Amino acid sequence: MTNVVIVGTDMIKFGRFPDRSIEALGAEAALMALDDCGLSIHDMDAMYCGNLMYAPHMIGQRIMKEIGQTGIPVMNVTNACATGAAAIREAWIGIKAGVYDTVLCVGVEKMPKGLLDPGGEDDGIQREGILGSGLMPCVFAEAGMEHSLKYGTSFEQFAGISVKNHHHSTMNPKAMYQIETPLEMVMEAEMISYPNTKLMCSVNVDGSAAAVLMSEDKAREMGLLNRAVRIKASSLSSDPYSQRNHALSDWNSVTRLCARQAYEQAGCKPEDIDLIELHDCFATAEMLHYENLGLCEDGQAGRLVDEGETTLGGRIPVNVSGGLLSKGHPIGATGIANVVEIVTHLRDEAGERQVKDARLGLTHVVGAGAACAIHILERIE
Amino acid sequence: MTLELSNDKCSVAPYLSVPNEGAPALIGTLCGVCDEVLLGVRVACGNCGNRKNLKAVKLSEKGKLYAFSVVYRSFPGVKTPFVSAIVDLEGGGTLKGTLRNVEQDPHSLAQGMPVDVVFEEIDQKDNKGRPCTGYFFEPADQDQRG
Ligand SMILES: [Zn+2]
Repeated sequence: MTNVVIVGTDMIKFGRFPDRSIEALGAEAALMALDDCGLSIHDMDAMYCGNLMYAPHMIGQRIMKEIGQTGIPVMNVTNACATGAAAIREAWIGIKAGVYDTVLCVGVEKMPKGLLDPGGEDDGIQREGILGSGLMPCVFAEAGMEHSLKYGTSFEQFAGISVKNHHHSTMNPKAMYQIETPLEMVMEAEMISYPNTKLMCSVNVDGSAAAVLMSEDKAREMGLLNRAVRIKASSLSSDPYSQRNHALSDWNSVTRLCARQAYEQAGCKPEDIDLIELHDCFATAEMLHYENLGLCEDGQAGRLVDEGETTLGGRIPVNVSGGLLSKGHPIGATGIANVVEIVTHLRDEAGERQVKDARLGLTHVVGAGAACAIHILERIE
Repeated sequence: MTLELSNDKCSVAPYLSVPNEGAPALIGTLCGVCDEVLLGVRVACGNCGNRKNLKAVKLSEKGKLYAFSVVYRSFPGVKTPFVSAIVDLEGGGTLKGTLRNVEQDPHSLAQGMPVDVVFEEIDQKDNKGRPCTGYFFEPADQDQRG
């Protein structure tokens, strides 16, 4: 089977765009990705569109109406917060299968403000506050507390993750925020769900990101390999059974399963990876994924924060883009935006926040429900 | 043991049996192949996929606190703070719910703390106008535990 490469990719600056339509946001990123590799919509064999909030509304086709209705197959993909990554993976499968040579992936979201309703029964009973809290800040707080109760991970260590990611975003002009948030500021921010304060929750923003995937042979033929990045692994998992799963969302098993498959596919180990963009929807989540992705032994994640190992310049920089905590989390776009970040580093084009000599990068997202998607990307020598 | 649902009352959770007569009960499914206890009535075991050797069982109303968060921000109209808790029941099954009658302070709560499940009509009616039976966690009654 052919290798699949990413030839073009880009994203808009994340923010709030109440006056722009969702298809206009999607179209902007799509055209930026096409321009990045000098291709046109006429070169695309198919298009996959990742969007969550407007899933029934054919957002992919609405974007095509903005950028050129060539009549190619368009598929709308939704998989909670793994939506954008799932669109990339579907395109990867199509190219691997030999059905398509060149595929456009677009992730786009216009987010409601504030706490997201997790849905559920529609019998008129408000279960929030009765059956604990089903809201995401609490669900991820409980998962963090499981770690804290087991290993002694502290509020301060969780907060340190938010300090780091906000610091990283000061070097990323496309992040929603570019502000330093010292430890006291993070810890003294409004407590949402202990231990997650407001500054330890990702920002609901609007945004879009896009990527053009191509078979490696075709990219070579078209002379596009010099800036291309190879997809070494594309892995997707659903949550395997775990005992407490009905009560306590298990982000660990689903990520560990996905990571094991991704490392195997890529033929590499966690220590071979140069940088990671992982799903820091809450500061507590990032802590868990250090261990889930094999960056350290179980119980050691807090130490990684203390010693700055995951900060730019450290042993394994994580969320150099600012992550969901500060760059922002437009759900359908998130999984493609973290691909944009890794590709930028592998091309040595990340400027001030460049991870030196980056050769292998990993992207990770989890969707509540649950789904995990991991891509391992490699610089082409 | 079966899951009963009264016509005159509604249940807060699909694994909470609310019969016309008698007390509410937590219902689970015991898998005869892998011995897992799952919440609610199941057509197949989520762990091993077995569809045949499944038995509905009444779950214990005693358990131990496993994890929690103190929730300060919720939907408008929901009273905060409250403790959202994950409780492992004696003999199997893990539930999520609200832990009451404790200090709303994460440092005063400990993993392994014994809790009881108590059933109570909540202060809401469903859209058919029926009262709703819920459950809550409370610190276990130490005297009764001996
Ligand atoms: Zn079983």
